[in-house]
Amino acid sequence: MSITVTPRAPWSGVVPAGHTITITDLDGNQAVDTLFYGANDHTIRYSAQTTIAAQGSIFLGTGSVIRDQESRPMMTIVSDEVGRHDTIGGACSQESNTLRYGHHTKHQHACVENFLIEGSRHGLGKRDLVGNVNFYMYVPVDADGTLGIVDGLSAPGRTIVLRAEIDTLVLISNCPQINNPCNGFDPSAVSLALSETAELIA
Amino acid sequence: MFDTITATTSGARDHARAQAAAAAADVAMPIVPASAFQTPPDGIDAERLTWAETVPGGRYTVKALARGTRLRLTDVDGTACAHVLLWRTDAPWERLNVADTVKVPWQAYLGAGHPLLSDQGRVLATIVADTSGMHDALCGTTTLASNTERYGAGEVHSLSPAGRELLLLAAAKHGLGPSDVAPSVSLFHGVRVDPDDGTLVSVGSAGAGRSVDLVLHLPCIVAIADTAHPLDPAPRYTTGPLEVLAWRADADLQELIDDDTTDPEYRRAVANSEDAFTASTLA
Repeated sequence: MSITVTPRAPWSGVVPAGHTITITDLDGNQAVDTLFYGANDHTIRYSAQTTIAAQGSIFLGTGSVIRDQESRPMMTIVSDEVGRHDTIGGACSQESNTLRYGHHTKHQHACVENFLIEGSRHGLGKRDLVGNVNFYMYVPVDADGTLGIVDGLSAPGRTIVLRAEIDTLVLISNCPQINNPCNGFDPSAVSLALSETAELIA
Repeated sequence: MFDTITATTSGARDHARAQAAAAAADVAMPIVPASAFQTPPDGIDAERLTWAETVPGGRYTVKALARGTRLRLTDVDGTACAHVLLWRTDAPWERLNVADTVKVPWQAYLGAGHPLLSDQGRVLATIVADTSGMHDALCGTTTLASNTERYGAGEVHSLSPAGRELLLLAAAKHGLGPSDVAPSVSLFHGVRVDPDDGTLVSVGSAGAGRSVDLVLHLPCIVAIADTAHPLDPAPRYTTGPLEVLAWRADADLQELIDDDTTDPEYRRAVANSEDAFTASTLA
Protein backbone atom coordinates (compact mmCIF):
# COMPACT_ATOMS: atom_id res chain seq x y z
CA MET A 1 0.00 0.00 0.00
CA SER A 2 1.07 3.58 -0.51
CA ILE A 3 -0.16 6.74 1.17
CA THR A 4 0.64 10.42 1.01
CA VAL A 5 1.56 12.36 4.13
CA THR A 6 0.38 15.89 3.60
CA PRO A 7 2.61 18.87 4.38
CA ARG A 8 3.04 19.54 8.14
CA ALA A 9 1.19 16.33 9.11
CA PRO A 10 2.13 13.44 11.39
CA TRP A 11 1.85 9.76 10.54
CA SER A 12 2.45 6.49 12.32
CA GLY A 13 2.37 2.86 11.38
CA VAL A 14 3.89 -0.51 12.11
CA VAL A 15 6.42 -2.14 9.81
CA PRO A 16 6.66 -5.85 10.68
CA ALA A 17 10.07 -7.46 10.90
CA GLY A 18 11.38 -8.32 7.47
CA HIS A 19 9.16 -5.80 5.71
CA THR A 20 10.15 -2.45 4.28
CA ILE A 21 8.95 1.11 4.25
CA THR A 22 9.85 3.36 1.34
CA ILE A 23 9.79 7.11 1.86
CA THR A 24 9.63 9.23 -1.28
CA ASP A 25 10.53 12.92 -1.20
CA LEU A 26 7.90 13.94 -3.75
CA ASP A 27 8.90 17.57 -4.27
CA GLY A 28 12.49 17.47 -2.98
CA ASN A 29 14.09 18.87 0.19
CA GLN A 30 11.33 17.85 2.59
CA ALA A 31 12.62 16.96 6.04
CA VAL A 32 10.93 13.84 7.40
CA ASP A 33 11.43 13.73 11.16
CA THR A 34 11.19 10.10 12.23
CA LEU A 35 11.23 8.11 15.46
CA PHE A 36 11.19 4.34 15.88
CA TYR A 37 9.75 2.23 18.73
CA GLY A 38 9.37 -1.47 19.30
CA ALA A 39 5.82 -2.13 18.11
CA ASN A 40 5.24 -4.64 20.91
CA ASP A 41 7.39 -2.93 23.54
CA HIS A 42 7.53 0.84 23.45
CA THR A 43 10.43 0.90 25.92
CA ILE A 44 12.48 -0.03 22.86
CA ARG A 45 13.14 3.25 21.07
CA TYR A 46 15.50 4.82 18.60
CA SER A 47 18.80 6.16 19.85
CA ALA A 48 20.66 8.60 17.64
CA GLN A 49 23.66 8.27 19.93
CA THR A 50 24.04 4.47 19.84
CA THR A 51 23.41 4.57 16.10
CA ILE A 52 26.12 7.20 15.57
CA ALA A 53 28.59 5.50 17.91
CA ALA A 54 28.12 2.06 16.33
CA GLN A 55 28.64 3.24 12.75
CA GLY A 56 31.26 5.89 13.56
CA SER A 57 29.57 8.52 11.45
CA ILE A 58 26.98 11.24 11.98
CA PHE A 59 25.26 10.65 8.64
CA LEU A 60 22.74 7.95 7.74
CA GLY A 61 22.73 6.29 4.35
CA THR A 62 22.69 2.91 2.66
CA GLY A 63 23.83 0.27 5.13
CA SER A 64 23.17 2.35 8.24
CA VAL A 65 21.63 0.35 11.06
CA ILE A 66 19.00 2.18 13.11
CA ARG A 67 19.66 1.16 16.73
CA ASP A 68 17.72 1.33 19.98
CA GLN A 69 18.79 2.69 23.36
CA GLU A 70 20.55 -0.60 24.10
CA SER A 71 22.34 -0.44 20.70
CA ARG A 72 20.27 -3.30 19.27
CA PRO A 73 19.26 -3.14 15.58
CA MET A 74 15.74 -1.92 14.79
CA MET A 75 15.92 -1.14 11.09
CA THR A 76 18.43 -1.14 8.25
CA ILE A 77 18.60 1.38 5.41
CA VAL A 78 18.72 -0.95 2.43
CA SER A 79 18.50 1.65 -0.32
CA ASP A 80 19.04 5.41 -0.43
CA GLU A 81 19.18 7.84 -3.33
CA VAL A 82 20.33 10.88 -1.33
CA GLY A 83 22.82 10.11 1.49
CA ARG A 84 23.85 12.19 4.48
CA HIS A 85 20.50 12.03 6.27
CA ASP A 86 20.70 13.83 9.61
CA THR A 87 20.31 12.43 13.10
CA ILE A 88 22.04 15.03 15.29
CA GLY A 89 19.70 17.98 14.74
CA GLY A 90 16.60 16.55 16.42
CA ALA A 91 13.10 17.91 15.93
CA CYS A 92 11.92 21.47 15.79
CA SER A 93 9.70 22.49 18.68
CA GLN A 94 7.71 25.57 19.50
CA GLU A 95 10.05 26.11 22.42
CA SER A 96 13.33 25.74 20.55
CA ASN A 97 11.94 27.92 17.76
CA THR A 98 11.75 30.76 20.29
CA LEU A 99 15.51 30.41 20.77
CA ARG A 100 16.43 29.95 17.12
CA TYR A 101 14.17 32.49 15.46
CA GLY A 102 12.48 34.57 18.14
CA HIS A 103 9.43 34.45 20.35
CA HIS A 104 7.16 35.41 17.46
CA THR A 105 7.52 31.81 16.19
CA LYS A 106 6.08 30.27 19.39
CA HIS A 107 2.74 29.49 17.78
CA GLN A 108 4.00 28.05 14.54
CA HIS A 109 3.33 24.33 14.21
CA ALA A 110 6.40 22.20 14.98
CA CYS A 111 7.54 18.59 14.79
CA VAL A 112 7.38 17.93 18.52
CA GLU A 113 3.68 18.83 18.41
CA ASN A 114 3.25 16.18 15.72
CA PHE A 115 5.22 13.59 17.70
CA LEU A 116 3.22 14.27 20.87
CA ILE A 117 -0.23 14.11 19.28
CA GLU A 118 0.52 11.13 17.06
CA GLY A 119 2.49 9.38 19.81
CA SER A 120 -0.43 9.81 22.20
CA ARG A 121 -2.43 7.43 20.00
CA HIS A 122 0.05 4.74 20.99
CA GLY A 123 0.37 5.65 24.64
CA LEU A 124 3.62 7.47 24.05
CA GLY A 125 4.22 10.68 25.98
CA LYS A 126 6.77 13.41 26.30
CA ARG A 127 9.21 11.23 28.24
CA ASP A 128 9.29 8.83 25.32
CA LEU A 129 10.54 11.42 22.82
CA VAL A 130 14.23 11.28 22.03
CA GLY A 131 16.51 12.66 19.35
CA ASN A 132 15.13 11.61 15.97
CA VAL A 133 16.20 10.96 12.40
CA ASN A 134 15.66 13.73 9.85
CA PHE A 135 15.46 12.02 6.49
CA TYR A 136 16.40 14.32 3.59
CA MET A 137 17.77 16.99 5.98
CA TYR A 138 21.44 17.94 5.74
CA VAL A 139 23.40 19.12 8.80
CA PRO A 140 27.13 19.34 8.09
CA VAL A 141 29.68 19.89 10.87
CA ASP A 142 32.58 22.19 10.02
CA ALA A 143 36.15 21.66 11.24
CA ASP A 144 35.61 24.04 14.18
CA GLY A 145 32.40 22.29 15.22
CA THR A 146 30.05 24.81 13.66
CA LEU A 147 26.96 22.97 12.49
CA GLY A 148 23.72 23.99 10.93
CA ILE A 149 20.79 22.98 8.78
CA VAL A 150 21.71 23.91 5.23
CA ASP A 151 20.12 23.39 1.83
CA GLY A 152 19.09 19.78 1.31
CA LEU A 153 20.77 17.29 -1.01
CA SER A 154 17.54 15.65 -2.12
CA ALA A 155 15.51 16.18 -5.26
CA PRO A 156 11.94 15.42 -6.36
CA GLY A 157 11.20 11.70 -6.37
CA ARG A 158 14.25 10.56 -4.42
CA THR A 159 13.63 7.56 -2.14
CA ILE A 160 14.98 5.83 0.91
CA VAL A 161 14.04 2.26 1.85
CA LEU A 162 14.23 0.86 5.38
CA ARG A 163 13.85 -2.79 6.35
CA ALA A 164 12.51 -3.57 9.80
CA GLU A 165 14.68 -5.92 11.87
CA ILE A 166 12.00 -6.06 14.58
CA ASP A 167 8.31 -5.16 14.46
CA THR A 168 8.75 -1.39 14.46
CA LEU A 169 6.35 1.44 15.15
CA VAL A 170 7.38 4.31 12.90
CA LEU A 171 6.40 7.80 14.06
CA ILE A 172 6.75 10.56 11.47
CA SER A 173 6.41 14.31 11.49
CA ASN A 174 6.40 15.69 7.98
CA CYS A 175 8.30 18.76 9.13
CA PRO A 176 6.35 22.04 9.14
CA GLN A 177 9.41 24.26 9.73
CA ILE A 178 9.42 27.43 7.61
CA ASN A 179 12.33 29.32 9.18
CA ASN A 180 15.25 27.28 7.81
CA PRO A 181 16.11 25.51 4.56
CA CYS A 182 15.21 21.99 5.80
CA ASN A 183 12.05 22.08 3.69
CA GLY A 184 13.21 24.60 1.13
CA PHE A 185 11.05 27.07 3.14
CA ASP A 186 7.99 25.34 1.71
CA PRO A 187 6.78 22.18 3.50
CA SER A 188 5.64 19.57 0.98
CA ALA A 189 4.12 16.10 0.87
CA VAL A 190 5.95 12.79 1.01
CA SER A 191 4.67 9.36 0.10
CA LEU A 192 5.11 6.17 2.08
CA ALA A 193 4.96 2.70 0.64
CA LEU A 194 4.79 -0.27 2.96
CA SER A 195 5.64 -3.70 1.70
CA GLU A 196 2.92 -6.33 1.60
CA THR A 197 1.12 -6.81 4.89
CA ALA A 198 2.52 -3.87 6.81
CA GLU A 199 -0.18 -2.48 9.04
CA LEU A 200 -1.33 1.11 8.68
CA ILE A 201 -2.48 2.53 12.01
CA ALA A 202 -2.83 6.23 11.31
CA MET B 1 28.26 -21.61 66.98
CA PHE B 2 28.73 -18.20 68.68
CA ASP B 3 32.43 -18.06 68.10
CA THR B 4 32.94 -14.89 65.99
CA ILE B 5 32.54 -11.26 67.04
CA THR B 6 29.64 -10.83 64.60
CA ALA B 7 27.69 -13.79 65.97
CA THR B 8 25.65 -11.50 68.23
CA THR B 9 23.75 -8.30 67.51
CA SER B 10 25.96 -6.26 69.80
CA GLY B 11 29.09 -7.76 68.29
CA ALA B 12 27.84 -7.15 64.76
CA ARG B 13 26.99 -3.55 65.69
CA ASP B 14 30.45 -2.93 67.15
CA HIS B 15 32.02 -4.47 64.06
CA ALA B 16 29.92 -2.32 61.73
CA ARG B 17 30.67 0.87 63.65
CA ALA B 18 34.41 0.22 63.57
CA GLN B 19 34.49 0.24 59.78
CA ALA B 20 34.20 3.99 59.14
CA ALA B 21 37.24 4.73 61.28
CA ALA B 22 39.21 1.97 59.63
CA ALA B 23 38.54 3.14 56.03
CA ALA B 24 41.58 3.93 53.91
CA ALA B 25 42.19 7.65 53.56
CA ASP B 26 42.42 7.60 49.77
CA VAL B 27 39.23 5.74 48.96
CA ALA B 28 36.91 7.45 46.49
CA MET B 29 33.85 8.58 48.45
CA PRO B 30 31.59 11.48 49.31
CA ILE B 31 32.69 13.94 51.99
CA VAL B 32 29.71 14.69 54.22
CA PRO B 33 29.24 17.45 55.05
CA ALA B 34 30.89 18.85 51.93
CA SER B 35 32.29 21.70 54.01
CA ALA B 36 34.67 19.15 55.57
CA PHE B 37 36.43 18.79 52.21
CA GLN B 38 40.09 19.62 52.86
CA THR B 39 41.11 21.29 49.60
CA PRO B 40 38.36 23.60 48.32
CA PRO B 41 38.98 25.50 45.06
CA ASP B 42 41.02 28.69 45.31
CA GLY B 43 38.90 31.55 46.58
CA ILE B 44 36.03 29.29 47.65
CA ASP B 45 35.38 29.02 51.37
CA ALA B 46 34.80 25.37 52.28
CA GLU B 47 31.61 26.46 54.06
CA ARG B 48 30.07 27.21 50.65
CA LEU B 49 30.58 23.66 49.35
CA THR B 50 27.41 21.64 48.84
CA TRP B 51 28.89 18.57 47.17
CA ALA B 52 32.34 17.03 47.49
CA GLU B 53 32.75 13.50 46.21
CA THR B 54 35.20 11.40 44.31
CA VAL B 55 33.55 8.88 42.02
CA PRO B 56 35.65 5.81 41.18
CA GLY B 57 35.92 4.75 37.56
CA GLY B 58 32.95 2.56 36.68
CA ARG B 59 30.61 4.16 39.19
CA TYR B 60 27.99 6.91 39.25
CA THR B 61 26.58 9.62 41.44
CA VAL B 62 23.46 11.77 41.43
CA LYS B 63 22.32 14.83 43.38
CA ALA B 64 19.60 17.48 43.25
CA LEU B 65 21.29 20.88 43.04
CA ALA B 66 19.90 24.36 43.57
CA ARG B 67 19.68 27.08 40.98
CA GLY B 68 22.86 29.15 41.26
CA THR B 69 25.06 26.14 42.01
CA ARG B 70 28.47 25.99 40.39
CA LEU B 71 29.46 22.37 39.66
CA ARG B 72 33.08 21.47 38.96
CA LEU B 73 33.99 18.07 37.50
CA THR B 74 37.66 17.14 37.46
CA ASP B 75 39.31 14.30 35.57
CA VAL B 76 41.73 13.33 38.33
CA ASP B 77 44.06 10.96 36.44
CA GLY B 78 43.20 11.87 32.86
CA THR B 79 41.21 8.65 32.37
CA ALA B 80 37.77 9.71 33.58
CA CYS B 81 34.77 10.19 31.31
CA ALA B 82 31.73 11.88 32.82
CA HIS B 83 28.45 11.02 31.12
CA VAL B 84 26.01 13.66 32.31
CA LEU B 85 22.21 13.91 32.41
CA LEU B 86 20.13 16.74 33.83
CA TRP B 87 16.46 16.74 34.81
CA ARG B 88 14.69 19.79 36.20
CA THR B 89 14.08 18.92 39.84
CA ASP B 90 10.68 20.60 40.11
CA ALA B 91 9.56 19.25 36.72
CA PRO B 92 11.66 16.20 35.84
CA TRP B 93 9.80 15.68 32.57
CA GLU B 94 11.88 18.64 31.40
CA ARG B 95 15.40 17.41 30.77
CA LEU B 96 18.61 17.87 28.86
CA ASN B 97 17.99 17.84 25.12
CA VAL B 98 21.26 17.02 23.40
CA ALA B 99 20.01 17.79 19.87
CA ASP B 100 18.94 21.30 20.85
CA THR B 101 22.16 21.67 22.85
CA VAL B 102 24.21 21.40 19.65
CA LYS B 103 21.71 22.75 17.13
CA VAL B 104 20.59 25.96 18.82
CA PRO B 105 24.11 27.36 19.48
CA TRP B 106 25.23 26.22 15.99
CA GLN B 107 28.07 24.28 17.63
CA ALA B 108 28.69 20.53 17.97
CA TYR B 109 31.65 20.77 20.35
CA LEU B 110 31.08 21.62 23.99
CA GLY B 111 33.24 24.26 25.65
CA ALA B 112 33.12 27.38 27.79
CA GLY B 113 30.00 29.43 27.06
CA HIS B 114 28.03 26.44 25.75
CA PRO B 115 24.52 26.07 27.18
CA LEU B 116 23.05 22.72 28.17
CA LEU B 117 19.51 23.22 26.90
CA SER B 118 16.29 21.53 27.93
CA ASP B 119 13.54 20.34 25.62
CA GLN B 120 11.52 23.39 26.64
CA GLY B 121 13.73 26.08 25.18
CA ARG B 122 15.48 26.84 28.44
CA VAL B 123 19.07 26.66 29.58
CA LEU B 124 19.46 24.25 32.49
CA ALA B 125 23.18 24.92 32.92
CA THR B 126 25.96 26.83 31.20
CA ILE B 127 29.52 25.60 30.85
CA VAL B 128 31.40 28.55 32.33
CA ALA B 129 34.94 27.15 32.44
CA ASP B 130 36.71 24.31 30.65
CA THR B 131 40.39 23.42 30.84
CA SER B 132 39.89 20.21 28.84
CA GLY B 133 38.17 20.96 25.55
CA MET B 134 37.81 17.22 24.96
CA HIS B 135 34.10 16.44 25.09
CA ASP B 136 31.39 14.78 23.07
CA ALA B 137 27.67 15.34 22.54
CA LEU B 138 27.23 12.91 19.64
CA CYS B 139 27.90 9.35 20.81
CA GLY B 140 26.18 9.20 24.18
CA THR B 141 27.19 6.58 26.67
CA THR B 142 27.85 2.85 26.52
CA THR B 143 25.27 0.08 26.75
CA LEU B 144 25.19 -3.37 28.29
CA ALA B 145 25.38 -4.85 24.79
CA SER B 146 28.22 -2.62 23.57
CA ASN B 147 30.36 -3.14 26.68
CA THR B 148 29.71 -6.88 26.63
CA GLU B 149 30.90 -6.96 23.03
CA ARG B 150 33.83 -4.68 23.78
CA TYR B 151 35.07 -5.80 27.21
CA GLY B 152 33.20 -9.04 27.83
CA ALA B 153 30.84 -7.51 30.41
CA GLY B 154 28.75 -4.40 30.96
CA GLU B 155 26.76 -5.09 34.12
CA VAL B 156 26.95 -2.63 37.00
CA HIS B 157 28.69 -5.24 39.16
CA SER B 158 31.21 -6.11 36.45
CA LEU B 159 34.66 -4.59 35.96
CA SER B 160 33.46 -2.65 32.90
CA PRO B 161 30.06 -1.15 33.78
CA ALA B 162 28.08 0.36 30.91
CA GLY B 163 27.09 4.00 31.23
CA ARG B 164 23.41 3.40 30.56
CA GLU B 165 23.26 0.77 33.32
CA LEU B 166 24.74 3.31 35.73
CA LEU B 167 22.47 6.15 34.62
CA LEU B 168 19.43 3.88 35.01
CA LEU B 169 20.35 3.53 38.68
CA ALA B 170 20.94 7.24 39.11
CA ALA B 171 17.54 7.98 37.57
CA ALA B 172 15.79 5.31 39.63
CA LYS B 173 16.99 6.89 42.87
CA HIS B 174 15.04 10.02 42.00
CA GLY B 175 11.91 8.12 41.00
CA LEU B 176 12.75 8.23 37.31
CA GLY B 177 12.65 5.31 34.89
CA PRO B 178 14.38 4.09 31.74
CA SER B 179 12.33 6.47 29.57
CA ASP B 180 13.91 9.35 31.46
CA VAL B 181 17.43 8.18 30.64
CA ALA B 182 17.63 10.17 27.44
CA PRO B 183 20.65 11.11 25.31
CA SER B 184 23.57 12.37 27.42
CA VAL B 185 26.72 14.43 27.00
CA SER B 186 30.22 13.12 27.72
CA LEU B 187 33.01 15.16 29.29
CA PHE B 188 36.78 14.49 29.17
CA HIS B 189 36.78 12.26 26.10
CA GLY B 190 36.74 14.16 22.83
CA VAL B 191 35.30 13.13 19.49
CA ARG B 192 35.67 15.08 16.26
CA VAL B 193 33.70 14.91 13.03
CA ASP B 194 35.51 14.72 9.71
CA PRO B 195 34.02 17.75 7.93
CA ASP B 196 34.31 16.00 4.57
CA ASP B 197 32.42 12.78 5.20
CA GLY B 198 30.94 12.93 8.70
CA THR B 199 33.00 10.09 10.12
CA LEU B 200 34.03 10.27 13.76
CA VAL B 201 37.48 10.24 15.28
CA SER B 202 38.20 9.76 18.98
CA VAL B 203 40.64 12.43 20.16
CA GLY B 204 40.67 11.17 23.73
CA SER B 205 41.57 12.95 26.92
CA ALA B 206 43.29 16.28 27.56
CA GLY B 207 45.16 14.76 30.51
CA ALA B 208 45.09 14.67 34.28
CA GLY B 209 43.61 17.44 36.39
CA ARG B 210 41.45 19.03 33.70
CA SER B 211 38.10 20.35 34.81
CA VAL B 212 34.75 21.65 33.58
CA ASP B 213 32.56 24.09 35.52
CA LEU B 214 28.79 24.33 35.07
CA VAL B 215 26.46 26.96 36.55
CA LEU B 216 22.84 25.90 37.04
CA HIS B 217 20.08 28.25 35.89
CA LEU B 218 17.28 26.08 37.26
CA PRO B 219 17.19 23.49 40.02
CA CYS B 220 18.33 20.21 38.50
CA ILE B 221 18.89 16.60 39.35
CA VAL B 222 22.39 15.96 38.00
CA ALA B 223 23.35 12.38 37.21
CA ILE B 224 26.94 11.49 36.38
CA ALA B 225 28.29 8.13 35.24
CA ASP B 226 32.08 7.84 35.16
CA THR B 227 32.77 5.19 32.56
CA ALA B 228 34.65 4.72 29.30
CA HIS B 229 33.45 6.56 26.21
CA PRO B 230 31.85 4.39 23.48
CA LEU B 231 34.74 5.23 21.13
CA ASP B 232 37.49 4.84 23.74
CA PRO B 233 40.28 3.12 21.80
CA ALA B 234 41.97 1.66 24.89
CA PRO B 235 41.95 -2.13 24.55
CA ARG B 236 41.09 -2.58 28.22
CA TYR B 237 38.68 -0.83 30.55
CA THR B 238 40.80 1.69 32.45
CA THR B 239 38.43 4.46 33.54
CA GLY B 240 39.80 6.47 36.48
CA PRO B 241 38.28 8.65 39.21
CA LEU B 242 36.21 11.79 38.77
CA GLU B 243 36.14 14.55 41.39
CA VAL B 244 32.83 16.31 41.88
CA LEU B 245 32.63 19.63 43.73
CA ALA B 246 29.73 22.07 43.95
CA TRP B 247 29.17 25.33 45.71
CA ARG B 248 26.67 28.15 45.93
CA ALA B 249 27.53 30.71 43.27
CA ASP B 250 24.58 33.04 42.84
CA ALA B 251 26.90 35.82 41.63
CA ASP B 252 28.15 33.58 38.81
CA LEU B 253 24.58 32.96 37.68
CA GLN B 254 23.77 36.65 37.88
CA GLU B 255 26.79 37.38 35.71
CA LEU B 256 25.41 35.08 33.01
CA ILE B 257 21.97 36.67 33.27
CA ASP B 258 23.40 40.18 33.00
CA ASP B 259 25.86 39.52 30.16
CA ASP B 260 24.33 41.09 27.06
CA THR B 261 27.28 40.28 24.79
CA THR B 262 26.39 36.60 24.24
CA ASP B 263 24.69 35.07 21.19
CA PRO B 264 21.02 35.87 20.62
CA GLU B 265 19.98 32.21 20.91
CA TYR B 266 21.71 31.99 24.29
CA ARG B 267 20.18 35.29 25.46
CA ARG B 268 16.71 33.98 24.70
CA ALA B 269 17.44 30.66 26.46
CA VAL B 270 18.57 32.56 29.57
CA ALA B 271 15.48 34.78 29.35
CA ASN B 272 13.21 31.72 29.03
CA SER B 273 14.80 30.14 32.12
CA GLU B 274 14.37 33.34 34.11
CA ASP B 275 10.79 33.59 32.88
CA ALA B 276 10.01 30.06 34.11
CA PHE B 277 11.76 30.59 37.43
CA THR B 278 10.06 33.91 38.09
CA ALA B 279 6.62 32.61 37.16
CA SER B 280 6.93 29.51 39.32
CA THR B 281 8.31 31.30 42.39
CA LEU B 282 6.58 34.69 42.21
CA ALA B 283 10.03 36.07 42.91
